[in-house]
Amino acid sequence: MTEKAEDRKPLLSKKIDKFFTGLADAWNFVRRFFKEVFVPPYEFKEIIHQCYRIGVESLPLISLTGFIVGIVFTNQSRPSLSEFGATSWLPSLISIAVVRAMGPLVTALIAAGKVGSSIGAEIGSMKVTEQIDAMEVSATNPFNFLVVTRVIATTLMIPMLVMYTDFVALMGSFLSVSANEKVSLVTFFVQVFESISFLDIISSVLKSILFGFTIGIVGCYKGYNSSKGTEGVGRAANAAVVMAMFLIFIEELLVLQIVNAIRAF
Amino acid sequence: MEEKVVEIRGLEKSFGDLDVLKGVDLDLYKGENLVVLGKSGSGKSVLIKIMVGLLKQDSGSMHVLGKEVSKLKTRELNELRLRIGFSFQNSALYDSMTVRENMEFPLVRNIKNLTKKEITMKIEGLLDSVGLPQSINQMPSELSGGQKKRIGVARTLILEPEIMLYDEPTAGLDPITCGEINTLIKQVREEYNTSSIVITHDLTCAKDTGDRMAVLLDGQFDAVGTFEEVFPQAEDKRIKSFYDYNFINS
Repeated sequence: MTEKAEDRKPLLSKKIDKFFTGLADAWNFVRRFFKEVFVPPYEFKEIIHQCYRIGVESLPLISLTGFIVGIVFTNQSRPSLSEFGATSWLPSLISIAVVRAMGPLVTALIAAGKVGSSIGAEIGSMKVTEQIDAMEVSATNPFNFLVVTRVIATTLMIPMLVMYTDFVALMGSFLSVSANEKVSLVTFFVQVFESISFLDIISSVLKSILFGFTIGIVGCYKGYNSSKGTEGVGRAANAAVVMAMFLIFIEELLVLQIVNAIRAF
Repeated sequence: MEEKVVEIRGLEKSFGDLDVLKGVDLDLYKGENLVVLGKSGSGKSVLIKIMVGLLKQDSGSMHVLGKEVSKLKTRELNELRLRIGFSFQNSALYDSMTVRENMEFPLVRNIKNLTKKEITMKIEGLLDSVGLPQSINQMPSELSGGQKKRIGVARTLILEPEIMLYDEPTAGLDPITCGEINTLIKQVREEYNTSSIVITHDLTCAKDTGDRMAVLLDGQFDAVGTFEEVFPQAEDKRIKSFYDYNFINS
């Protein structure tokens, strides 16, 4: 149905009402995803297509960014460590920073910008050109085809991209370390794996799954609820990025607290 | 007694404070082409969107093929939608898919166990009948406005509907292409035995395609009848100006 929050009569002041109805709509959208994800038909072909678009087509940007992040972070950390004569700790420091926080965060923020905006704009444009209505009137489920497939794809691909970014960033870091500290690749990676724990990897993967889900669901929600023609499409794309980035930081903070609590326990 | 395929009684719909439909009554008979005319924003498209369950009425009843649309559950609504073809104003072709994929999309999701050969034959047959067999592998962005409309109609026909709803079929098209679309609408009725509602404000299209006209003014049908009954001798100034603008000014 195309009836939206703004069609309902306000109960409180307009702004407060809009906020809460928006929140309720978003919650219903997430609930609908979990309801429809198990309902056939399963659009495997579209999921694979979206995985390719989200995963493979993001590789060049992710590679470049990850590599640069590795080099820059290593070069920025070196002066502080060298003051204490502790530059040999660079691989440990970088690996912990990259695996625990920077890899997932950098990947998620880039994906929010690239993938989230593209999902928001694509679905938004389909909405304003009545393509979603056309699916609905031909007795097919547009939510299943457009939303479920994209959210599954982002949820699957972002963790893989995060692992790839971690690797590329560590390679960038190795380049810098080997150039300055004359450390071999084997020594570098031995130090890396000695520093990171199972909990680091698990929390990083789980966090990435959460980030992937957030990017997909926010992009789809904003696109699916866009209105007001082409201006609305632009707004949907923009809102998808801003909202996803905001939620990613909140989630990062929450996951950090939980992981720290587990670590302390 | 002719069989009614659509029966609308006392239909009301508003958006916020704006009352769009104020107690609409209308019948569509089997095999007829009914043209709904009215100013932009008069609620013509809203009416047919309620018919396929894209919008819900505030009150009144809308029986389509014997079923009250607002009371149908999702599965029942989808079953009804398979019997109704909806041709959108902007064609609404899926722009990330080729023409073939556009036509396959509703077919493979609604009719199971079709072989690839059967699907291709069905698509090619329909593209032939709308006069665009060569565009099967083209993207919508490579098609003209008129071609998009034809493909849009072909896509809805692939499910062999009993009722066709055309939302502004000639909007934004040149007179020659408008004529071709009008011919297509008549051809669809003859070849597929459909009953149709054509939403338009183009009187040439209305005269050419419609058996009956219904003029929607101020949220209600002001005049219903054949073209000759409704237009040339219209006493209502608004209907008269509609006629004059289309046949005198243009």
